[in-house]
Amino acid sequence: MSRVEKIFQDCRAQGRAALVGYLPAGYPTVDGSVELLSAMVEGGCDLLEVGVPYSDPVMDGPTIQAAADTALRAGFRLRDVFAVVERVSAAGGRAVVMTYFNPVLRYGVDAFARDLAAAGGLGVITPDLIPDEAGEWIEASDAHGLDRTFLVAPSSSEERIASTARAARGFLYATSTMGVTGARDAVASAAPALVERCRRHTSLPIGVGLGVRSAEQAAEVAAFADGVIVGSAFVTAAERAGADGVRDLAAELAGGARRGAPASAATGA
Amino acid sequence: MDVKASDGVAHPSEHDPDEGGHFGRYGGRFVPEALIAALDELTVFYQKARADPEFLDELDRLHRDYTGRPSPLTDAPKLGEHAGGARILLKREDLNHTGSHKINNVLGQALLTKRMGKKRVIAETGAGQHGVATATACALMGLECVIYMGEVDTERQALNVARMRLLGATVIPVKSGSRTLKDAINEALRDWVTNVDETHYLLGTVAGPHPFPAMVRDFHRVIGMEARAQVLDRVGRLPDAVAACVGGGSNAIGIFHAFLDDPGVRLVGYEPGGDGVETGRHGATLSEGSPGALHGAMSYLLQDEDGQTAESHSISAGLDYPGVGPEHALLKDLGRAEYSPVTDAEAMEAFALLCRTEGIIPAIESAHAIAGALRLGRELGPDAVILVNLSGRGDKDVDTAARWFGMVEGESAAEASGTAIAEADLSGRSPAQDEPSPAGADTGAVQR
Ligand SMILES: Cc1ncc(COP(=O)(O)O)c(C=O)c1O
Repeated sequence: MSRVEKIFQDCRAQGRAALVGYLPAGYPTVDGSVELLSAMVEGGCDLLEVGVPYSDPVMDGPTIQAAADTALRAGFRLRDVFAVVERVSAAGGRAVVMTYFNPVLRYGVDAFARDLAAAGGLGVITPDLIPDEAGEWIEASDAHGLDRTFLVAPSSSEERIASTARAARGFLYATSTMGVTGARDAVASAAPALVERCRRHTSLPIGVGLGVRSAEQAAEVAAFADGVIVGSAFVTAAERAGADGVRDLAAELAGGARRGAPASAATGA
Repeated sequence: MDVKASDGVAHPSEHDPDEGGHFGRYGGRFVPEALIAALDELTVFYQKARADPEFLDELDRLHRDYTGRPSPLTDAPKLGEHAGGARILLKREDLNHTGSHKINNVLGQALLTKRMGKKRVIAETGAGQHGVATATACALMGLECVIYMGEVDTERQALNVARMRLLGATVIPVKSGSRTLKDAINEALRDWVTNVDETHYLLGTVAGPHPFPAMVRDFHRVIGMEARAQVLDRVGRLPDAVAACVGGGSNAIGIFHAFLDDPGVRLVGYEPGGDGVETGRHGATLSEGSPGALHGAMSYLLQDEDGQTAESHSISAGLDYPGVGPEHALLKDLGRAEYSPVTDAEAMEAFALLCRTEGIIPAIESAHAIAGALRLGRELGPDAVILVNLSGRGDKDVDTAARWFGMVEGESAAEASGTAIAEADLSGRSPAQDEPSPAGADTGAVQR
């Protein structure tokens, strides 16, 4: 079984949804991001999404855009993402990388997979790469034993959910709403239905992201999904209160992810 | 001339991409999954519409009665004297309603928007020409219109911002990144992901995810189809070369396409060279860039070692873009078209020359193509026939040009302006022979 899938399964066996926390590498600096990500692990993140700051993040709202900007202005280089993954893994974290595809293309798809695997990374989430265009990435991720997470959206057809799930390994990322990243007040009503549709096509764990920021919302998502994915809220917490801020937020969200999981999940579906 | 405006839509090209929208290794769809359904829907509606006589007739009627097609072909003999005596023919897309080629694509997509039952249109704009054309079509067809425009561009193309607002559009200045066209596209894509159910993204060039590059091209193929027939009719033979400016590449692909299978016709695209490619401050994507994925398609782009998009620079807001349409990337790799940078200074020199020789104030974008035609003429000699796509008119650029040439009261001339206007001097005298004017050489040259 894939290493990422195993993380979700272990959480499920403990009767809870996995907490997946995102932060851009290099935010606010390379060292600073290692400190923040490590604090997120301490607080209870089961899986880290280490973001690659990118100049044109079309899937991201203002919060993550600004964080990526800060990282790039502080001199973030793509190779730094491997160092960050290596250091947070050494500190006990388990990490996948979340990246727009062009930096990977530029680095060399195979070289990127090789260097990420060597750094201890478990996989990659690609928000602007659909399986239809992912031939080279599928080959490289196979060759280097990395998981690959593609996204599905409320607008995805049954056919596309099925083919996307087939191409993925580790977990499937269901975007809860039509939109970009950013904390929202309510979890979109489209999310449960989307997860339900995904279940018909795959036994992969399903993480739900976009807009989650509170323990209540985490609990809500945990009631129907295998993972709760949180991004912008961690960035905001880091901005406000640094390592303590993200540690506290992780603990709070982890509490929600535990509370919300349906009792039956404890037996492992 | 019996070219119909809809011909490029009705008759599939021999040079279409594959089903996934790939032109060789370029094109495709590098977008969030959330947009795939909308792109599929658009593809289906476009394929249906192009086979529907009602759609084609409506497009023809609009282009005849509203746009004013066919656009004329104008001989530019006095300009030709400055181009080694070559015969220069201008395809007058500047005379279209709203002042540029952009309306060709906009009317087509606006009709599709109505067919899809969507009520809201969003678009990006650089120079504002695409924004104005989109606002115009939305006013005509009763659609809500939101235009994203980089803040830098709202300043340098203020006239067009006012035009869009007069037409009832909401103009949103984009303050992220380089605050130019690239960032306006990012913001439009974010809006689209969020509101895709009721919104059509009316993309303004031959870039972006499939089906945009092929569909937008088809709406612009009329330029080359008309021009090819007009040149044959006027000159009795095909041109030796076709020149066009390249921002995203829509006016260039529109005029090139009709000549792709005429191997004797050179196709040359002129990119914004800004301060000169050696300075790094330019937007010459095909000349200086490398393959990568941006804004939904694989193509050439300006990027750093890490795949971060580089900022482009150009005096021309409409060309100030670090990406380019995927079909141009393929044409470059195949060697079927050539691409070459033209600096701000060279473009402005050509701008002034066209004003003075032919009484036509071009868009600064199009002035890059004029500069290219001057080069081509000097290279090919007096027997050459050169077709130029005059993609737009320069009303929107009067302020920029007046500043460049130091014509604004109380402002000093731009450094390069002295050279530009002096070389554009039509009297045949060299600048050295001029009496220095009391106000200084720059203004002196202008006032002559
Ligand atoms: C007059 C004119 N020409 C050319 C362009 C560049 O676009 P494209 O390369 O798509 O023709 C623009 C864009 O704003 C324009 O306004």
